[in-house]
Amino acid sequence: MSAFRKLIVGDAQADRVVPPSGFTAQLTLFAAGAMAFLCVFALALSLASGRVAHRWSEELARAATLRINAPAEQRAAQTEAALEILRQTPGVASARALSSDEQAALLAPWFGADVPLDTLPVPQLIEVTEADIGYDATGLRLRLQAEVPGAVLDDHTRWRRPLVDAAIALRRLGVVSIVLIGGAMAAMITLAANAALAANAQVIEVLRLVGAQDSYIAQAFVRRFTLRALSGAAVGMVLGMIGVWLMPEASQEGGFLTGLGFQGWGWLLPLVIPLVSALVAFVATTRAARKRLGDLA
Amino acid sequence: MHWGLDVIELEDVGYNYGGGALFSNLSVQLAPGSFYFLTGPSGAGKTTLLKLCYGALTPTTGRVRAFNMDVRGLDRDQMAYLRRRIGVVHQDCRFLDHLPVVENIALPLTVSGRGLQNEQGNLQELMTWVGLSERRDALPPELSGGERQRAALARAVILSPDVIIADEPTGNVDWEMSQRLLRLLVELNHMGKTILVATHDMSLIRAAKNQVQARVLRISNRQLQLAGADL
Ligand SMILES: Nc1ncnc2c1ncn2[C@@H]1O[C@H](COP(=O)(O)OP(=O)(O)OP(=O)(O)O)[C@@H](O)[C@H]1O
Ligand SMILES: [Mg+2]
Repeated sequence: MSAFRKLIVGDAQADRVVPPSGFTAQLTLFAAGAMAFLCVFALALSLASGRVAHRWSEELARAATLRINAPAEQRAAQTEAALEILRQTPGVASARALSSDEQAALLAPWFGADVPLDTLPVPQLIEVTEADIGYDATGLRLRLQAEVPGAVLDDHTRWRRPLVDAAIALRRLGVVSIVLIGGAMAAMITLAANAALAANAQVIEVLRLVGAQDSYIAQAFVRRFTLRALSGAAVGMVLGMIGVWLMPEASQEGGFLTGLGFQGWGWLLPLVIPLVSALVAFVATTRAARKRLGDLA
Repeated sequence: MHWGLDVIELEDVGYNYGGGALFSNLSVQLAPGSFYFLTGPSGAGKTTLLKLCYGALTPTTGRVRAFNMDVRGLDRDQMAYLRRRIGVVHQDCRFLDHLPVVENIALPLTVSGRGLQNEQGNLQELMTWVGLSERRDALPPELSGGERQRAALARAVILSPDVIIADEPTGNVDWEMSQRLLRLLVELNHMGKTILVATHDMSLIRAAKNQVQARVLRISNRQLQLAGADL
């Protein structure tokens, strides 16, 4: 802990022993900034697709419809039988046959307000609400097929699954991107740190001659790169967040694309990016310095 | 024989840089508080021998002990501590060119983690002692040869080490300046420091003989001899 505090507070004199090195400093700042910027979008993408996947599967999984296509005289009996089966099916929270008024309301957009429902061969609809544990759709279908020949279970999965899968895949891609961004940043900072260590081989030699320990020399480099990554990433993060913030409001018509932002507490999550960047730089530079100083022994 | 009491002991030391042996079977003990000159023709291995003494090189054969520790067995942290106990004036001085003289002189303090705040007085005194108080903010490349040598000496003594090793400290300065540097070294010896100075300047050695009881080691033909009093 005290080592960490020393790293942040620093020692003004110790900072001066290594000359400020031009291009590695800029490289680190730029890499950390660019990576943080990208990271904000990857984070927004994976949060939004996670949200969408959750909402869609939640909304769609809850309600399924059972259609009874039967001649008028068998319809009531088959409906009753189907309801009985649904009641016995584990994972079905409730099942309810729609009244003719409700069915008429559903059809109204197509056929006008006063449809003579009784005279049309309209199937009876049963609304099935799924319990949290979910039911075995295949098993239910088989049973219905055997006992209620006119029943067709429409559980939306046919078109729901690919969408939810896509959203989940998108979230996974976002997470993978974040990991890759972190890895690329570690690689770039390692390169920059190695370049700085190589450029300062003479300085390191003099420091050793006057009795500097490896930990002291390493610290001078680690501190710099950590602080640079921290500040570069902070700037990149702010710019990224402004970019996300400028996206249009989430709207029904825009669907997924406009929902691509942060919500509520989600806005605080990108604040972690500079800290993680600093940590990545700390580890990368510590490793580079340890290796390099070992080689220079 | 006072084995075990000496600050630096070389025992049957041989060294080669990969080619033939530069020297072999050298043995010498530096007693605390003694003053030694190391002399010999250019390329005889004076710098090499000094590097063996402060652990910058490890002997190919034989053993080097500093403060009763075998230098070969030291890890890197222990080596750093050893460097703080032996002040070295390098033949080519070796400064950090981006730092002003005063900070270069204070470098051993800085890297050993001792803040400079409490040492400002000592630092100023030391700068005055080596006659550099006017030049404290100059950068090393702006210094003259003699100023560099004095700055190097000041840096070597700032941690008040027990041993001071100087490689050609009067290498590129005039007679006046070399006398001044010699007086600084003699003063340090009177303070109880062990001094080892490599030089091929015989007049410097003769001048020293009037001020201090100095012994002269000579490397030639791969051997180290205690030179006669006739120098
Ligand atoms: N790093 C090295 N690699 C190979 N050979 C070296 C190395 N350093 C020195 N030598 C050789 O070892 C020999 C002794 O070098 P050293 O520097 O010890 O001599 P010296 O007595 O200090 O000479 P001078 O009086 O010129 O300073 C020389 O022939 C030199 O060329
Ligand atoms: Mg030499």
